[in-house]
Formats: sequence, structure tokens, C-alpha cells
Amino acid sequence: MSNEAVLHAPAGAGLHHEAHGDHHHEHHHETFISKYVFSMDHKMIAKQFLITGMVWAVLGGLMSVLFRLQLGYPEASFPWLEDILGKWAEGGKITPDAYYALVTTHGTVLVFFVLTAGLSGTFANFLIPLQIGARDMASPFMNMLSYWFFFAASIVMLSSMFVEFGPFSGGWTAYPPLSALASASPGSGTGMDLWLIAMALFVVSSLLGGLNYIATILNMRTKGMSMTRLPLTIWALFFTAVLGVLSFPVLFSGFILLIFDRNFGTSFYLSDIFINGVGALPNEGGSAILYQHLFWFLGHPEVYIILLPAMGMASEILSVNSRKPIFGYMAMVGSLFAIAILAFLVWAHHMFVTGLNPFLGSVFVLLTLLIAVPSAIKVFNWLTTLWRGNIRFTPGMMFSIGFVSLFISGGLTGIWLGNSALDIHLHDTYFVIAHFHIVMGVASMFGMFAGIYHWFPKMYGRYMNNTLSYLHFWITLAGAYMIFWPMHYQGLAGMPRRYYDYSVWESFKQFAELNRFISTVAMIVFAAQLLFLFNFFYSVFKGRKVTTQNPYGSNTLEWTTPINPGHGNWVGEIPEVHRWAYDYGKDGKEFISQTTPVGAEESSH
Amino acid sequence: MNTIAKEAPKRIHPHKFTLWVAMGSIIMMIAGLTSAYIVKKNQSSWLEFDLPVVFMYSTLVIIASSVTVHLATKAFKAREMGRYRMLITVTAILGLLFMGLQILGFMDLEARNIALTGARSNSAASFLLVITGLHMLHVLGGVIALMVIFIKAYVSSVKNYSSLSIELVGTYWHFVDILWIYLFIFYNWIS
Repeated sequence: MSNEAVLHAPAGAGLHHEAHGDHHHEHHHETFISKYVFSMDHKMIAKQFLITGMVWAVLGGLMSVLFRLQLGYPEASFPWLEDILGKWAEGGKITPDAYYALVTTHGTVLVFFVLTAGLSGTFANFLIPLQIGARDMASPFMNMLSYWFFFAASIVMLSSMFVEFGPFSGGWTAYPPLSALASASPGSGTGMDLWLIAMALFVVSSLLGGLNYIATILNMRTKGMSMTRLPLTIWALFFTAVLGVLSFPVLFSGFILLIFDRNFGTSFYLSDIFINGVGALPNEGGSAILYQHLFWFLGHPEVYIILLPAMGMASEILSVNSRKPIFGYMAMVGSLFAIAILAFLVWAHHMFVTGLNPFLGSVFVLLTLLIAVPSAIKVFNWLTTLWRGNIRFTPGMMFSIGFVSLFISGGLTGIWLGNSALDIHLHDTYFVIAHFHIVMGVASMFGMFAGIYHWFPKMYGRYMNNTLSYLHFWITLAGAYMIFWPMHYQGLAGMPRRYYDYSVWESFKQFAELNRFISTVAMIVFAAQLLFLFNFFYSVFKGRKVTTQNPYGSNTLEWTTPINPGHGNWVGEIPEVHRWAYDYGKDGKEFISQTTPVGAEESSH
Repeated sequence: MNTIAKEAPKRIHPHKFTLWVAMGSIIMMIAGLTSAYIVKKNQSSWLEFDLPVVFMYSTLVIIASSVTVHLATKAFKAREMGRYRMLITVTAILGLLFMGLQILGFMDLEARNIALTGARSNSAASFLLVITGLHMLHVLGGVIALMVIFIKAYVSSVKNYSSLSIELVGTYWHFVDILWIYLFIFYNWIS
């Protein structure tokens, strides 16, 4: 059966449910619309996710620069701010409302739109079919829908920034009552409606994507590709999808109740509320804590949805560029599994100070600290993979090593925060900000950069510029530590997060200079990301062309496709797999591709 | 490619598998809501009331529709297309009837002065509305899927002997049926 027929069957038929074997041949012309816009090619969809994610990363990053400007220079006024923000920065000073709106939108955008959709949307789509040996996803149509739901969510979220009273401003977690009552704050009206619509669309997008990833990994592997021969990237993306499919619906339940409270006068989350200018509300018997439970039941798995793809890619890239097998393959898979299970059992550690029963709290402390075990296994295995390796410091490799460094330094503070007793002091301080930005935010960004640099030749058939890449790496790594390291000290001193101006607080005045330092570095790091963007887009069109099929000497299947693979990935038959993905430096050979049959003389593997 | 074509029959069809995962996802959503229901019930100011009697009839209707969708699948596999079309029509009508009965149940509550929404509402009744309403939407999805395969059976000029579509819809239909039975038991006895 021909390549074309396999690919275009689902495409031509829309929601057709036929077995792959029994459909008729159909000629299909690729137009601009079908190739670049409503594409069903997983590689194009991956690029769509990536570029949309980049747009959001720039916007979200810019927001952080703006509110860091307020935090670093609370006395100063910048007339140019009024030019770009209008009434939100009257007299060149960001208003408190605008500050909260910026903080909230920065969080929402970075967590969901960049590090969920931009990261697993890109790499799950790109790598799953290529690395398991499939022509495309189980359902390319659903895959296309997944992107377009994400796109719709993006448009709605973007439009919320242009409504009269601004976007939602009650924090990215959208706790009621700020999120449930239109009169609670300026952003709680139209802004919050749009936020909810955008997030509902986003949940649909993630579910469509996640279902597809799981079905593809479990059902579409090529001959010989048993689960234990999968590269670790695929294992990580698999667990990510499972986490998403099981936790996003719970967030959705929480949102449905929130929508009823907002629009139909119910009292799921609301009780005994008095609003200045409005008066006492009739709502009785609701519990805002209930929302926190539903939110964090997604919210905690969400941090692993963000982190696991980065872990998987780092594992793969570290092994390829150390020219050594990954250390402890099964332990890596097992620890991913353990993390995925524990992810569902620790949500209440976000709620230690909500009046949670201390006994229940101690159970969550134990479960939270247990995550240190699989995390430590992973760190140990990454370091032992590097140990005495024949290391090639490609940009992808640098970012993977940077990922390991950030994961260690951010993970250690997790052990502090996981203790309910310490959390009484540290809750909602800059210590928390420092912890999650390093371990989840920056580390996952590093994983994403590693993935982009490493697979760029496969995506576009060209190389990115190495000098710019190294510059980008060093500025970002040093900058990330300079921004977030000092925040630990501020947090230990009790400096709370989300405040508009610390200079009026006697206890936090001492940090004025430190805040200015952090803000300055934030601007420099943001500028370095523009360097990356330039490098990326310039290289897409003008980069040095890839001339060999397998430039890194990798074992995995994506490097057995043509340099610029068409829709269907392989010309002719999909190769058969005979071994796992990590035969580097075995029997004196530098690498042995997964498609090479096991020789008679070969030592066991 | 031949390798895949030959291997396909041994494995579960990807679309079927996707449906199973999606059903797991729906279960998580309902589990989230029913756990919230339990938590809420144990807090103050929870209104106790009797379920609408009409929910008994809607339960019988949805169980009957599961039987007809099962017979429809058998009819399709036996190539009795007339009987197949009749049975999926009956199933779709039963589905709509089920939804109508649920709405009657909501009206019954309102008539007994138990507000489902608005300022006077108690979250006990609101929960019933949200959970039952979400389940209704899933039944509606099943009805739409039935309509799609019904129209396909007429419109398609190519004879299609693959029973995949009806099997997918059938599985989903049984799933929403079992989900309702679970909710019915949950409202009456578990919570």
C-alpha cells in the first residue's frame, strides 16, 4: 500500500472511522492552506504550536519586564509606558490594577500557553510519530483540531487584554471570590469571562492532543518497537499526556462550577460576602476552599505536565551527546512513572495554610517529600550518563546540562517548601516564586531550548548559528540564577509575593537595591531571548543547510528519514526496529542505529 | 507499510483506544464533581430533598436505549440494514426522551420550591443540576454521533461494511448509560 494512501485517508474523510488498511486511494494536492494553515501533518502542527508558543513567550516575557520595572523602580516614571499602555500607565507609572493584570496574565500565559501547549504541543507532535516509526498521529484530524482550539484560546486570551477594564487580575490560579464576582475587581468582569472561555478552549485543545498522543504511542509503533525500546523522550511525553488527560477534566469541573457561580447565581464557592458599594450578597454555604482543591488537583500534575517533556528531551540529548548509553534506562522510566503517580497525591501542599487539618497536612508532607526519590534517581542518572562521556558541547547539550543544574537547585528548595511547618513562614513569599520559577519555569524553558536547538536540523533542514546559541545560553543561564537566586533571601526575610510596591514597607525597604538588580537582569535576559528569536527565524530561511541524514550520529528513528521529510516521514517502508535507542559506544562502534539488526558476535544488551 | 497493514488486526483500532482514554477523561471530570459533592454535603447548610420520581423512568429509558444500540450493532454486522436504521433511530429517540425526562425532573424540583440556580438556590440542588446537566450534554453528543452515522448510511455512495463507527458509538452509548446508573446510585445511596 502506498505512502500517499495511508496519509490521506483520514485527511480526505474527515471524521471517518475506517481501519487504516481498507480505504480507497485518493490523490491529494497540497495547497498553501492545506500545507501551512489547516495542515494535518504532525510536523507542521508541531511548528504551528512552536511559533504560537514563541509569540506568547515574547508577550508573557514582556509583561514580566513591565512589572519588574515597577518593582525595581517604584519611584521612577517612564513616559514611554503611557505611550504603549495608555490609561494603564498614567503619568508613566503602571497603575496597581495594571500591575495585577500583568502578573496574572504573565502566569496564565507562561504556564498554559507557553510551557504546556508550546512545549508538549510542539515536541509531542514532532517527535512521537518520528521516534516510534509512524506516518502520522492516530487521528491527524483531531490533531489539527487540537491546534486550532489552542489558536482560538489564544485569540480569546489576547482579546481580553484590550477590553475596557482590562484582563483578569486576581492571580493565575483564579481563586474565588475575585474570579467569581464581576464586581470584585476591575478585571473580574469581562476580563474574567474571556479568561474562562480561553481556558475552556485550552482544556479542550489539551485533551484532544493528549488522547492522540496516548493512542499513537500505544498503537502505532513500528515493527520491533516494543515499549522498552522507546527513547525516553517518548516515555516522558506519554506520561505527560496521561497526566493531562486525567487532570484537565477536573480543572474543567472546577471551571463549570465557577461559571455557574458567576452567571447563574449559585453558591458553590461563595458565602457571606460583603462588597463595598454593592452590599451583602445573598450567597450562602459556598466554600472557596473547594475551588482550591479542584484547581490544585489539576494544578500540581500541571507542573509535571510542564516538566516531564523537558526531562525526556534532556535524557535523550545528554545520551546522544555524551556518546554513552543513558544510565539506568528502566530506572528512568520507573521514576517517570513514580512522578506521574505522586503528581496526583500531593495537591494539598499548595493549601497548607488554608486551615487544612494538620494530620492530613502531614500525610501530604510525606507524599510530597517522596517525590524527592524519583527526582534524585533522575538526577543521579543524568550525571552518571555524563560521567566519563565523550561530551560534545552542542547548544542542545549545553541547555540540557543547564536543565539538570536548574532542576537540582530548584528541586532542593522544594524539600523546604514541602514541609508544612516551614510553609507557614514561606507560603506566598518570594521563596516560592524563586522555587517554582527555577525548577518548573526556567528548567522547562531550558528543556524547550534544548529541544529546539537539537531538533532544529530535523524541523527545517538547516542549522542554527552556534555563536549566537552559546551567547544565548550563557546569558540566560547566568541571568536566570541572578534573577531568582536573590529571591530566596527576600522570601526567607518574609517578603510576600504579588505586592505592588515594597518601598513603603519598613521591613522590605532594605531590598530596594536588590529589586533593582533583579529587574535589570530580567531586562538583559529578555533581550537575550530576542537574540534567540533572531537566530531561529534567520536560520529557518538562511541557515546552513543540513547535508547528512544523521548529523549527530543518533540511534533514533527520526534520523533515518530524509533530510526534509514529507508528509508520511519515510519514503517506502517504515524501518523495522531491532534494538533499544541507546547503543552508543558499544563493541567499539560509536553508535548503532535502532534499525541495525543485532549481530551474532554482539555483546548482550 | 505492509508490515503495519498486516499487524493492524492484532491490535485494538486506534480510534477505539482513543475512545477508551476519552471515557477515562470523562470519568475524571465526573469524579471531580462527585467528590466536590461529598465534601460539600459534609459542610453546613446542605439541603436534603427527595430526588424527582421521574429520574426512575429516565433510568429505565436509558437502559432500554442501551439494549437497542446493542441490537443495532448486531443488525449491522448481520447486514440487515433496514433493521439497523430502525434501531439507531429508536436509540436516538430514546436518548432525546431521556433528556426530556431529566428536564422534567428539574422542573419538578423547581415546582417543589427547590431552586437550582439564583440567589435562593442551595448548592445541593445546584450540584444536581450541574452534574446531571453535564451528563445530559454527553448523551446529546451520543445522539449527534448516531445522527452522523445514520446520515452516512444514506448519503455514502460507497458501500461501507466496516462496523467501526457503530461499534464506537455503541461503546460510548453504553458508557453514558453506565455513567447515569452510577450517578443515580450515587444520588440515592452513596452520598
